Amino acid sequence: MGQGPTRGTGRRGSRRVAGVAVMACAFAACAGGMGSRRATLPAGETAPAHGALREQTVDQQVQHVLNRLAFGARPQDVDALRRLGVDRWIAQQLQPEHLADHATDSLLRRYRTLAYSADRLLAEFPPPAVALAAAARRGDGPLTAVDSQRLRQQARQSVQALGELASSRVARAVLTERQLDEVLVDFWENHFNVFAGKDRTRYFLNDFDRTIRQHAMGDFRALLGAVAKSPAMLHYLDNWQSVADSGRPVLQPIPPQRAARRAQAVRRAVQLRGATSEQMARVEALQRRRRGLNENYARELMELHTLGVDGGYSQQDVVEVARALTGWTLERGAQGGGFVFRPQAHDAGAKTILGVRFPAGRGQEEGEAVLDLLAHHPRTAEFIARKLVQRFVSDSPPPALVARAAERFRLSRGNIRETVRTIVTSPEFFSADAYRAKVKSPFELVVSTLRALDAAPDVTARTAQLVSRLGQPLFGHQAPNGYPETGEAWMNTGAILNRVNFGLTVAGDRVPGVRLAQWPLYDSLRTLDRPAQVDGVIRALLGGAVSSDTREVLISGRNPFLAARGGADVLTSLDDADSTYAPDPMTPAMRPRRRGNLVGSASAPTGLAQIVGLALGAPEFQRR
Amino acid sequence: MNRRVFLKGGALSLLTLGLSPSFLRRTAAAMALPARDAGKTLIVLFQRGAADALNVLVPFGDPGYYSARPQLAIGSPARGNGALGAIDLDGFFGLHPAMASFKPLWERGLLAPIHAVGSPSATRSHFDAQDYMETGTPDRKGTPDGWLNRYLAVKGTCESCAPTGAPAGGSPFRAVAMSAQMPRILAGASAVVAMNAIEEFSIRANGGDAEQRLEALYRTGRSDVIHGSGRDMFEALKVLRAANPQQYRPAPGAVYPRSPFGQRLLQIAQLIKAGVGLEVAFADVGGWDTHVNQGAAQGQLANRLRDFSDAVGALVTDLGDRMDDVVILTCSEFGRTVRQNGTGGTDHGHAGAMFVIGGRVKSGTVHGRWPGLAREQLYEGRDLALTTDFRSVFSEITSRHLGLADTSALFPGYLGGGGGNGWLGVLG
Repeated sequence: MGQGPTRGTGRRGSRRVAGVAVMACAFAACAGGMGSRRATLPAGETAPAHGALREQTVDQQVQHVLNRLAFGARPQDVDALRRLGVDRWIAQQLQPEHLADHATDSLLRRYRTLAYSADRLLAEFPPPAVALAAAARRGDGPLTAVDSQRLRQQARQSVQALGELASSRVARAVLTERQLDEVLVDFWENHFNVFAGKDRTRYFLNDFDRTIRQHAMGDFRALLGAVAKSPAMLHYLDNWQSVADSGRPVLQPIPPQRAARRAQAVRRAVQLRGATSEQMARVEALQRRRRGLNENYARELMELHTLGVDGGYSQQDVVEVARALTGWTLERGAQGGGFVFRPQAHDAGAKTILGVRFPAGRGQEEGEAVLDLLAHHPRTAEFIARKLVQRFVSDSPPPALVARAAERFRLSRGNIRETVRTIVTSPEFFSADAYRAKVKSPFELVVSTLRALDAAPDVTARTAQLVSRLGQPLFGHQAPNGYPETGEAWMNTGAILNRVNFGLTVAGDRVPGVRLAQWPLYDSLRTLDRPAQVDGVIRALLGGAVSSDTREVLISGRNPFLAARGGADVLTSLDDADSTYAPDPMTPAMRPRRRGNLVGSASAPTGLAQIVGLALGAPEFQRR
Repeated sequence: MNRRVFLKGGALSLLTLGLSPSFLRRTAAAMALPARDAGKTLIVLFQRGAADALNVLVPFGDPGYYSARPQLAIGSPARGNGALGAIDLDGFFGLHPAMASFKPLWERGLLAPIHAVGSPSATRSHFDAQDYMETGTPDRKGTPDGWLNRYLAVKGTCESCAPTGAPAGGSPFRAVAMSAQMPRILAGASAVVAMNAIEEFSIRANGGDAEQRLEALYRTGRSDVIHGSGRDMFEALKVLRAANPQQYRPAPGAVYPRSPFGQRLLQIAQLIKAGVGLEVAFADVGGWDTHVNQGAAQGQLANRLRDFSDAVGALVTDLGDRMDDVVILTCSEFGRTVRQNGTGGTDHGHAGAMFVIGGRVKSGTVHGRWPGLAREQLYEGRDLALTTDFRSVFSEITSRHLGLADTSALFPGYLGGGGGNGWLGVLG
């Protein structure tokens, strides 16, 4: 079989995206047009470092910033950006507060529950178990069919309400003028991963999204603090129930009346379950004994949010940080409410964290001081800088750039805007190696498709479900490390099949809001001959530069590469039967609902639609 | 053995069903493959939501069971209980009456139940407990991959097990999760295919040459992770097509329920019998979180169990002879409280039950040490206590069935029961 290099079992064999074939012609032409230097720039704007060369041509830089600092080009973007100039565009994007964004404002008004607070969501869309228990308490005997129906409907509405957030994430990324800000929102919501499927976390996500947006291009310490206090994170990583271990001094002992009242409440609750007095005593003893420190958030705070796994902290540090953050909880515990600091739960003993002494008897300010320590730690600067460089520049972040970005982060005391500025105006960012070197995540794939085809925003959850089916359910990553920032993780057999099918689905007009006939380029391309259509699609969707082999395949179906190797197995087309299976029952994990038109197949697109479908499924479109 | 003769007879009867010779040729060719080097298959079935082990594997011999569950307990197999009584296994334990499909498995020596097994973690959170069981690291969060994915990496490929024509890296269908999303248990660096249905694993275009062109786009000589994955994917499509799953008919007597779970097991059987080199398969099923109105011999839980056991029973019948090379392992993140609660159900508990099903299990006995249901024998005064760590069972199966010499890499931090010491001996 004429295939490429053999692959081992694991998929860890590093495959650097060379991009050589693409670059060959571009680089030769590169000698002429370097960067987009302007004689003078308005104050606050960036210019390439004096004497620094940009390896990418102007045209490539335009494509590059639209792919890296935005979610892909809309039909009008390339020309507009060329006129404006890359540096000016970057400068504008780094000041999103000065960019008008009427489209987004209109979009947000179309959602009903998106603006709701967690409390309102909980009240109007209670979790099925709560509704069920309330119904059971009200009525006597088993539920009637009507009750069950009503509860099922409530559960459905609950899911719909929470789907608005996912929908808005996609629609905002498609529509917003503040593209770089939106890219950073995506970055931070992944960095500070929360999982919607864990208990009540999903009710807190609207607020969480707002919190991240507020700080996405601001001050890292402010962002860190806001996340630490967010009900979503407090709930997801269990800190809301972390209290001082028994035997440790608390900042404020519980007054005896309160303790007695609480003990009585526990007794009553246990009595409801019909326990004997012996069992009750046992449960109470266990309640007292079991309460204690929960290290979950403290560990992830250091391992994933600030210092990084090799950040030089020890298990002891994890315990000490957890102790410092005891009492950081929610007003109403599992029922939510806002952040509150409970001195009765706070471990007031002295602590030593990363070699720094924290004296005894401190309150909330102690946790704040710990966050200060972590946010301003040099390892944090390196860790955050490295992740940002990975997102913006390359899966293998160039060490020199990481160092410079970390330095800027440190010197600016965690100024995200300035750190990003350092990265996205660097020569490394505009290097040949970086061009089209990253793999799009499913979110980026779907959004870039919708932008490229100028699709109407979808305020239902269906487009978000597409992202989910491609492997990236929003707020659906169970483990706290979030979705990977590197391409290899997204590339496996099933994933690429889904992407290829996604392209065909789009071309078949089966994605909400996408009508090929409404694509601005459709009319002008439709009447041309096939090679001209292919060139038009290549220009519009694939950045204008593909190998001649790719072009040939799109035009004629012939594959010169394989032909040169003496032919290959050419598959004959087959008919696929429509899938007929029923939707899955709900499980504790998030499950996307399946829609008939996205699962079954339709007749293959032809003509221009086929070219678009192939282009969207092509390897080149998987890149940014 | 009687069982083997019966199944061989069953296989022969395929001819009389009038199926096309070409199908038989393909199937026969597929069936011949494993003979070269019997590729073993492990099928893990996860009941999400904490299945009520005490009503699944009923300890009718323990009086504590009846005093704790006045309305929910399943009656003993005594004649007076009729169809509502437990299906007797060994005079102490029985099966929920809805699990009639497991009775022939027990009688044929294919069923090895395990009681009081589970995770030592104190958590009663579904989310955390499933995470711990799927990553194989109780009380450790942030383990990035699942234990089955680690297995794939540690074991390496069995070159001679893959079907002829499979790429050098082994079969693309070596590990399959029959689910929409990749489950945690199979998440990781090793290649796994997650698909909702076999029919979904195809290019969605009727007619035209879109598929050819797409394949051509991925074979333009570039070598990077995108092109590589694409090429692998088109290879996988070919492997699947050669196995021709469209023509699949289950073996006679194998009647899969129409439920999503039933259909998933059907497709796992399809893949096994098609000889695509399936080594690890996974499917899950929800609906076990019976806090309210769980029912006893009849009701919510009974319905779930009927579907579950009918599906597994059909799978075993369908696989026939192959069950010598297959182990089915069922598990759930924890069990439920011994006592029934105030809403006709049970709450989150601790130890649970598992079933190990296969041609080579040590059957005729319920494995594990029964801790008893007296008050002082319960975990935290409310739950069935744990006497077997789930990692012990998983280690034994991967070692004795799948042939992994050293299972310590699968369960980092697990110190007990490695290398055969402390294993239950479920696989004789």
